[in-house]
Formats: sequence, C-alpha cells, structure tokens
Amino acid sequence: MRFMYIVTSPQPNRGPTPALMEAMHKLADREIKAGRMLDSGGLLPVSLGAQVKIRDGKLSVVDGPFVETKELIGGYAIFELRDKEEAVASAVEFMQLHKEHMPGWEGTCEVRSFAEPGAEMACQVDAQVAS
Amino acid sequence: MPADINRTILAVWRNEQPRLITSLSRMLRDVPLAEDLTQEALVAALEHWPATGVPEKPGAWLMATAKRRALDHLRRGKMLAHKHGMVARDLEQEQQAMPDLDAALDDDIGDELLRLIFTACHPLLSQEARAALALRMICGLTTEEIARAFLVPEATVAQRIVRAKRTLSESGLAYETPRGDALSERLASVLEVVYLIFNEGYTAARGEHWLRPQLCHDALRMGRVLTSIAPHEPEAHGLLALMELNASRIAARTDKAGDPILLMDQNRALWDRLQIRRGMLALAQAGQLGGAGGFYALQAAIIACHATASAADETDWRRISGLYAGLAKLVNSPVIELNRAVAIGMAEGPAAGLAIVERLAGEPTLKAYHLLGSVRGDLLHRLGRYREARDAFEAAAQLAGNSRERDLLQRRAAQAADAAGLSSSA
Repeated sequence: MRFMYIVTSPQPNRGPTPALMEAMHKLADREIKAGRMLDSGGLLPVSLGAQVKIRDGKLSVVDGPFVETKELIGGYAIFELRDKEEAVASAVEFMQLHKEHMPGWEGTCEVRSFAEPGAEMACQVDAQVAS
Repeated sequence: MPADINRTILAVWRNEQPRLITSLSRMLRDVPLAEDLTQEALVAALEHWPATGVPEKPGAWLMATAKRRALDHLRRGKMLAHKHGMVARDLEQEQQAMPDLDAALDDDIGDELLRLIFTACHPLLSQEARAALALRMICGLTTEEIARAFLVPEATVAQRIVRAKRTLSESGLAYETPRGDALSERLASVLEVVYLIFNEGYTAARGEHWLRPQLCHDALRMGRVLTSIAPHEPEAHGLLALMELNASRIAARTDKAGDPILLMDQNRALWDRLQIRRGMLALAQAGQLGGAGGFYALQAAIIACHATASAADETDWRRISGLYAGLAKLVNSPVIELNRAVAIGMAEGPAAGLAIVERLAGEPTLKAYHLLGSVRGDLLHRLGRYREARDAFEAAAQLAGNSRERDLLQRRAAQAADAAGLSSSA
C-alpha cells in the first residue's frame, strides 16, 4: 500500500533546526535504501505560492500571502508499506525526531492511504506530537 | 485490544528487522543464527509490550534485547566466547548505554545487508529455498505468510527454511560477502530469485489474496535495496526498472470481475505515473552504467516503449522489434523470436511478421505452445488469408491451457470463418 505523509504545523515561521535537518536526512537516506520511501519534498512558504479558486461559480487566482490559513503544509513524503500499522510506526519514528531536535515545535503528520485497488478504504490517521 | 497491539508490534518489528539482523550477524558472524535471534526479540516484544505498551523508542528496545540474546549465545559457546572475547567485551561496553536513535541511524547497514541478501540467495540453495529465506530475512515475512503467498503448506516452507539454514551452516557459508567479479557473478542468482518472487505475485492475475500482490511489493523493495547497496551493478537497476514498469500496470490489468485485460486494451490513465517515472530512472541508470544491453535492461526497455506511449497506436514497434533482436542475441529462445515476430508484424506489416513465424513452425519447443498458432492466425487474418487463419486459431484453441484463452481463440476462429465466408461469396 502506498501512503502519503503530510506534515502540517500552526507555526509557519519555524524552519527545522540544523540538528533536525540532519536527523531527517539520515532517516530519509535509510528509508530510501530500504526501498520503503518513494518520494519526498519540502514546500516553500505559502506566501510565495498562489491559490486558484472557484467560488460562487467564479474562478480566481490569488497570490500569497493568505490570511485565513491555520495549518500550513511544510512537506510531504510517499512511502510504500504493507499496512497502516507500518505507516503509523514509521510516522511515529519521524515525529520522534521532531520532538527530540526541535523542542517546543508542534505539528501533525497526517498519514493518508492512496486510493488504489487493494487499499481497503481511504483511511485517515493523525499522529499528533506536541511537546 | 490484544489483536491490535500485536499488529502494531509486528509492524514495528518489520521496520526494524533488517537492521536487527544485520547488527546481529556482524556480532555472531552467522546470518542464519542472527535471524533466529531476531525472531526471539520479536517474541520478547510480543510478551512484554501488551502489558507495558510500545516503548517510546521501540527500535532501541528491540536492538538491546536482540543484542543481549546474542551476547548470551556468545557466552554459552565456550569456544566462541574465547574466539570472540574481544568482540564480546566491546559489545558489553556498548551495552552499558541504551543505543539511541541517532546511533541507530548512523549505523551503515549497506555492507551487512548485501551479505544478508547474498547469503539468503546462495546458488547452493534451491530456488524455492532462496525465495523463502529472502522473504523471511529481508522482508520480515512469517513462515505462515510465505506459505500462503506461494500456496504451499506451512510445514513445507518451515522445512525448506530449516534445511536451507542447515545447508548454509554446514558448508561454512553462513557469513561471507562476495566482492569484485564474484559479486557480479553471484548477483545473477540474487536477481533471479527477486524476479521469481515478483512474477509469482504478478502472474497471479486474480488477487484472491492480498499476499500475492504483496509479493510484487516485496520483490520491488528488494530490488530497490539491491540498487542502493550494489549501485554499480547495471543489471540490478535493469531488474528494478523491469519490475517498476510492469508493476505500474497492476491497476489496469484486470477488469471488475478479475478477468485479465491485454496490454494494448488497457486504460492507460490507470497506469501508475510515479512508478513509471521510477522505472524510467532505473532504466536510465542501467544505461549510464553501460548495461543497456543486459537481460533485464532489454526487457525493461521493451516495457518502457509501452509505458511511454500515451495511446496504443503510438507504440514504437520498430524500436521494440530491435530490442527483441538484441534479447534474442543474448538468449537463444524461440519464444523471444515469436515476440519479435509480433513486433515486426506491427512495425513492418503482417507479411514480414509471418515470415518469421513460418520459420519457427518447425521448432520442437513450440509444438505445444498455443501462442504460436495464435500469433500466426492473427497475422494471416490481417493478410486476408481467412481460411488459414481459422485453421491456425482452431489448432491453437486445442492447445490452450485454460478455458478463458480457449474461448478467446475459438471466438477468433469463428471471426476468421465468417470473414472467409464473406470473401468467398463476394
């Protein structure tokens, strides 16, 4: 089964500490070598992006920054794993690194199953780590 | 609920298992023994964690437990304890502190993992035993899961594993890593097993059980591991490319009832773009390493022609027939030649394809092969030689192994007969 991990945080201005960057890099390297991680990426601040919206039947393009966003997506990763339990276990390991290397940070790693044949229903599991 | 925590424990254990087994095999200089002891660590977790909950650093807990077992084992054997006195002392010091997360991440397991895979896939073992050991040691499948995946009794798999481990220990092959030329030579045996596991899952078109498609995923994982620990071996990349590209079509290969859909009739929107991208990258890597003409790379390049054609009629058949010609030079096989005939028939027209097929008609290995008659019938039909086409399809139907294929060939024979009737009355 394929999973996407989406990391969100209400604290947009806190980039990862160098220690966290290094730990995440090592973890990613290990997971790629183990054939489990397929893809990953970090996203630039939302203020540099744009939103294309449909509202009241009208299409509009809005450049950042945006006012109403509460939880910001900082990055994503795609894993291929056997089941939800494996996905949660590895998300917990990933968030554990945040807890250790970036005290005070709060955020969520959302674990979402890809809709594909064999994946029972799309399931949503939040592994919330707050410290 | 106990069932839930057991699933969680198994998931954590599978995440950690390759690192556990590689660390232990380095300590013990014995891969099969290391595997036994990692199983013991799992049993310990299953005993303790339901009461205590999953520890904050489950990997460290499992590693500490497994290493303690290994130390006990080293102490038990007096000879070994003497021989590995130094090792044991070092480890005991290391043991003072619980290994932390960062140390676990620093542990470069590449070399040990390579040894693990090459031990599990030793050419001395039968193909079935290699497949079972590899799935168990590298992917963390239980004996029961392997048995279900290969549709054989659990006792058979258990016995295969026990016998294979004994063979390895008795031949003194429990801990060795091939290097240089030996590595390339031995790699063939590893790739063969990985491909066998992949095909076992892939050819089970009907996914009665999730474990059979799971075999594809496990083979892909091993393929990815191989390219990361033996990055200079072009055929490792070639095999990975072949598997990624084939697996990209899994969602499109069967209809709702589970009946197979032929490649040319598949809905290409259902093909997995991420997987195709990864397959193309691996194929490019094989080429950069000078391996574009390898057995797996050539097959991957053929599949790549399909994967990159946005519609069936955009397929580059000329390139495909050239790749089959390359493959035929490597492996002298009439089946490959028959595939080349199909490609030539698409690239240059049915007459050119038929010329190759007629040359194959005398091949003893193809005498009972229904696809020869099927391909021949198709080419004849396209040439307007309907009567001969009908005869070819009918003969092929007689040889077809399963009813679904037989029905299809009989339908095609009837179409050819209709066409023959029309053309003779016109």
